[in-house]
Amino acid sequence: MKVPFSWLKEYVDIDCSVQKLEEKLFSCGFEVEESIYVGKNIDKIVSCKILSIDKHPNADKLSVTKVDAGEFGIKQIITSAKNIFEGAIVPVALDGATLANGERIFNGELRGVPSEGMFCSGEELGINDDWYPGASVNGILILNEDYPLGVEVKKLLEIEDVVFDINVTANRSDCQSILGIAREVAAALNKPFKMPDLDFDVDKNISTKDTVSVNVLDQDLCQRYISWLVKDIKIEQSPLWLKRRLFSMGIRSINNIVDITNYVLMEIGQPMHAFDLNDICGNSLIIRRANNGEKIITLDDKEFSLINDNLVICDANKPVALAGVMGGLNSEIKQTTSNVLFESATFARDNVRKTSKALGQRSDSSARFEKGVDLYSVEVGIKRALNLICRLNCGKIACNGYDICAHEIQNKVINTTVEKVNGVLGIDVPEDVIKDILTRLNFEVELNDGNLSLTVPLYREDMEDYPDIAEEIIREYGYDNIVPTLLKTGAVTNGGLTNEQQKEAQIKEVLVGYGFNEIITYSFVSEKEYDQFGFDKTAKEHEFIKLINPLGEDLAVMRTTLLPSIVRAVAYNLKRKNFNGRLFELAKVYNPVDKELTKFPVERQKLSIAVFGDKEDFFTIKGYVDGMLNAFCSGLEIRYVRSNVSCMHPTRSADVYVDGVNIGYFGQLHPSVSQKLDIDKPVYCCEIDYSVLKELFQDKLTVSAISKFPPVERDLAILVDENVCWQDIVDAVNLSGGEFLSKVKLFDIYRGDQVEKGKKSVAFNLIFVSSEKTLVVEEVEGFISSILKCLREKLGAELR
Amino acid sequence: MQEKFSQILLNAKQDVEKIDNSKDLYDLKTRYLGKNGEITALLRGMKDVAPEQRSAFGKMINDLKVEVEKTFDDKDQMLKQNELNQRLQNEAVDVTLPGNAPAMGSIHPLNIVKNKIINAFCGMGFEVFEGPEIDSDYYCFQALNIPKDHPARDMQDTFYITENFLLRPHTSPGQVRTMENKKPPIKILSPGRVYRADDDASHSPMFHQIEGLVVDKGVSLCDLKGLLDEFVRIIFDKDTKTRFRPSYFPFTEPSVEVDVSCCKCHGKGCNLCKGTGWIEILGAGVVNKKVLEMSGIDSNEYSGLAFGLGIERITMIKYGISNIKTLFESNINFLNQFNRR
Repeated sequence: MKVPFSWLKEYVDIDCSVQKLEEKLFSCGFEVEESIYVGKNIDKIVSCKILSIDKHPNADKLSVTKVDAGEFGIKQIITSAKNIFEGAIVPVALDGATLANGERIFNGELRGVPSEGMFCSGEELGINDDWYPGASVNGILILNEDYPLGVEVKKLLEIEDVVFDINVTANRSDCQSILGIAREVAAALNKPFKMPDLDFDVDKNISTKDTVSVNVLDQDLCQRYISWLVKDIKIEQSPLWLKRRLFSMGIRSINNIVDITNYVLMEIGQPMHAFDLNDICGNSLIIRRANNGEKIITLDDKEFSLINDNLVICDANKPVALAGVMGGLNSEIKQTTSNVLFESATFARDNVRKTSKALGQRSDSSARFEKGVDLYSVEVGIKRALNLICRLNCGKIACNGYDICAHEIQNKVINTTVEKVNGVLGIDVPEDVIKDILTRLNFEVELNDGNLSLTVPLYREDMEDYPDIAEEIIREYGYDNIVPTLLKTGAVTNGGLTNEQQKEAQIKEVLVGYGFNEIITYSFVSEKEYDQFGFDKTAKEHEFIKLINPLGEDLAVMRTTLLPSIVRAVAYNLKRKNFNGRLFELAKVYNPVDKELTKFPVERQKLSIAVFGDKEDFFTIKGYVDGMLNAFCSGLEIRYVRSNVSCMHPTRSADVYVDGVNIGYFGQLHPSVSQKLDIDKPVYCCEIDYSVLKELFQDKLTVSAISKFPPVERDLAILVDENVCWQDIVDAVNLSGGEFLSKVKLFDIYRGDQVEKGKKSVAFNLIFVSSEKTLVVEEVEGFISSILKCLREKLGAELR
Repeated sequence: MQEKFSQILLNAKQDVEKIDNSKDLYDLKTRYLGKNGEITALLRGMKDVAPEQRSAFGKMINDLKVEVEKTFDDKDQMLKQNELNQRLQNEAVDVTLPGNAPAMGSIHPLNIVKNKIINAFCGMGFEVFEGPEIDSDYYCFQALNIPKDHPARDMQDTFYITENFLLRPHTSPGQVRTMENKKPPIKILSPGRVYRADDDASHSPMFHQIEGLVVDKGVSLCDLKGLLDEFVRIIFDKDTKTRFRPSYFPFTEPSVEVDVSCCKCHGKGCNLCKGTGWIEILGAGVVNKKVLEMSGIDSNEYSGLAFGLGIERITMIKYGISNIKTLFESNINFLNQFNRR
């Protein structure tokens, strides 16, 4: 919200500095985001009288002039300006001057003749015709001939001002106006607030009600509608003071009637509209929902086809305005307009927003309505508009008007206690202070024995209950008065993380210990990624939840797997010459329960891992995965089975089973997937369904006593077919090894000259130990022969 | 005889002196003390000594033997020491060469900060609850006193999935879900991913928040101030101060923005705090009565405090990170900087 300091001062006597005012506003909830110092740059531009104009000896297009700069003496100025004349008073930038845009002017020489400054245009002073007549001409600004000489022009033209850009919170729509801010300033500074003049003279012979009919058919969208007739309008330029006000808010002056509606919007915060009555068919206004397909051309000459959700103002035949958004071209104020029907109304803010958004048509009015206009302002707005008509003496005001209100307008009354209010704050604000603050904020306060009866000002539709009152008090009393306490009346609670939450942190620490960097990537991805990864269209991974309004195709679907994201992170690092890395992410994936999305989707946690670089291979990632699983699933059987996940290398990937439950897969990324992502090095990755895995976590750890009897070790080397895998051997050994077998450890696999083709030699170490006795050699030999027997029978293995 | 013995000892000492390695010393020792050695030979000569002199002679030989052996042992010790020294010299390594244990990994900075925040509040009796990221209009808005026509819906640009389901734009639904399922006293934190359609150097369409909620008898703005004072001292440093200023959130009343004294310039004014000495870090307030009531909590008996903060913002302030995108790029060179505890 932009608020010029000069305008603010009209309603409050402000005797403090700009900085002090900023601080005051800040502490009561109105942060000044920026203070724009208008005309601050302008310096040493003074009023001068042109004494003589002569031809430049060396240039046809230049003139040599002499000017009287008052106390600065007589100056010679070289100019190319054409609109100057002897005797004219003009602004001259003297040596060392600064223009509005910050540009500096110094003495110089033009074509061999010295020049002691520069004549200025309106633009160079940062103004246009609305500020000073003639300021928009393409040439030098000609000033009033009565102006004294040698005086700073910005003083003469009253250019200097400060415009505050104030951040108004969404609950304070009443402060979306100069008036609203002024009320706050008056309260904060404890100064009286001067209400703008709302009086106007009427013409007894003119009656709105006898001239036109106004009907609100859809009161749910139009809570209050005031319509007032003004006849015999003289369409003309607005007076300078009005133009300047609008200029300071960045609004172009059009004519007196349009300017008045804009002025009221800025000052009161009430959007206004003016219809040319001659264009209103049947002298009738109807406020209703549009018919589907109904058309309107708005003031800016754009045509819209409407639907039933849009509210329109219609005459007997057709829409003449898009309610709250913009008037129709068919009834706009023109040079020929003589009778005007003013509209001051409040329209449902969500309806205005929807219409404005759906049609892509925005205006200052719609922006204002979207924030919410209170019912009280509707009345203030029309009165102020009529007051200005009176002041500008540009029309005859009807003696009555329509005021159609959905319900009676009444001040809200809040009954509460000082105790309740102070209870919210936690401090004891004295009763007299409470009374004073609320009175300054225009509440009517009755305080009896700690009971507060508060009549709320009409414009404060945000006030509902004692917490609102508490906020009003503390923002004026000052938050610095809040004394920190630590839940002195609260119960003691036993906080902390649940076991599950702790486990999450621990599993991350294990990975960090293995040298992994945790990453966080976006939950939404591109659908295309899933084709790159070769996930079947019918696969579960392809059942996406899609966003209705994504930021782009790349962020359009909620991911169902973390793998593409982490592989993309690998590709990102390889491109930046980070050739080695270990990454993981623990995050959610999202799966719909039903296609129509009528139920909450399922969110599951997944853990993705990726490693890449010279030192990594299938077995390093297996080591990390296995190590992690062993740490958290102690005692459970962990098995690895060749995987057929489509994005993985068909012979270098494995599914992981913990206690018989498939918890995920890992291995080398399929080379054709790598290729599609421009990755020319092997990437090893893993995805674990953490939601499944965490159910398998083992908390109980039973420690077995270390046997005091010596272990017996045996090494075996066996010859088996190439297709026999290590797990088969381990299973056979465990099956036949007897109760004292405590460990089976692989130490060599050999293929080559010494071994028949199609076979391999597998060497492993066996450890036997008993907790009750020293094992004798004969016993161990017995175990070994039963192991060998089993290996032979099950796998056709031979001892080497 | 005595003289001969002295000569042998002298010779032995002189011979030993010249030796510079263990093998030569061993050979020399054999020459004196071995089976055919000089001193062994003397011992063998005992049989030729008169019986009454044998005792004295034997003692003399023994003394000589002891003396010679000591000479050899001393030399042996010295040589071994020298050889060890030599070996150790040969084993020299460049201690400045890099070690080869795998480097430590790192927890993501956002989670480092999240964990710090959680730890700070867990110490004050808070629990942690994580709600769904895809949530309903009811939990994200209506139950937080943001009805359909409320202008606050424009405060954040929300990603929608259906008319009813959306990506939560804040972690505040965590408040509602907790209050629905738990009786006061309640002290929870609700951290997690949140989503808004915003994308520039300081906004990411996905980011992280932590919502805090206390519901108990008689809690007030003073308690909020106390909790947050404690919190910022743990997260930043012990001299950090907080400042409340009025603000507006539909789910709290009164609502405040909380600023902390700038951790870089300590309030003097710098580029981080844009010269004000203060940095805005979170929004907070007294839970709106309507929100309590909608979640089934008697607002006459209980009151609540809530606060919500952006983890990215605090992380960026704490570590001096200027572009939010850095946090989501997964660049190892960036992440490795967080590998210290």
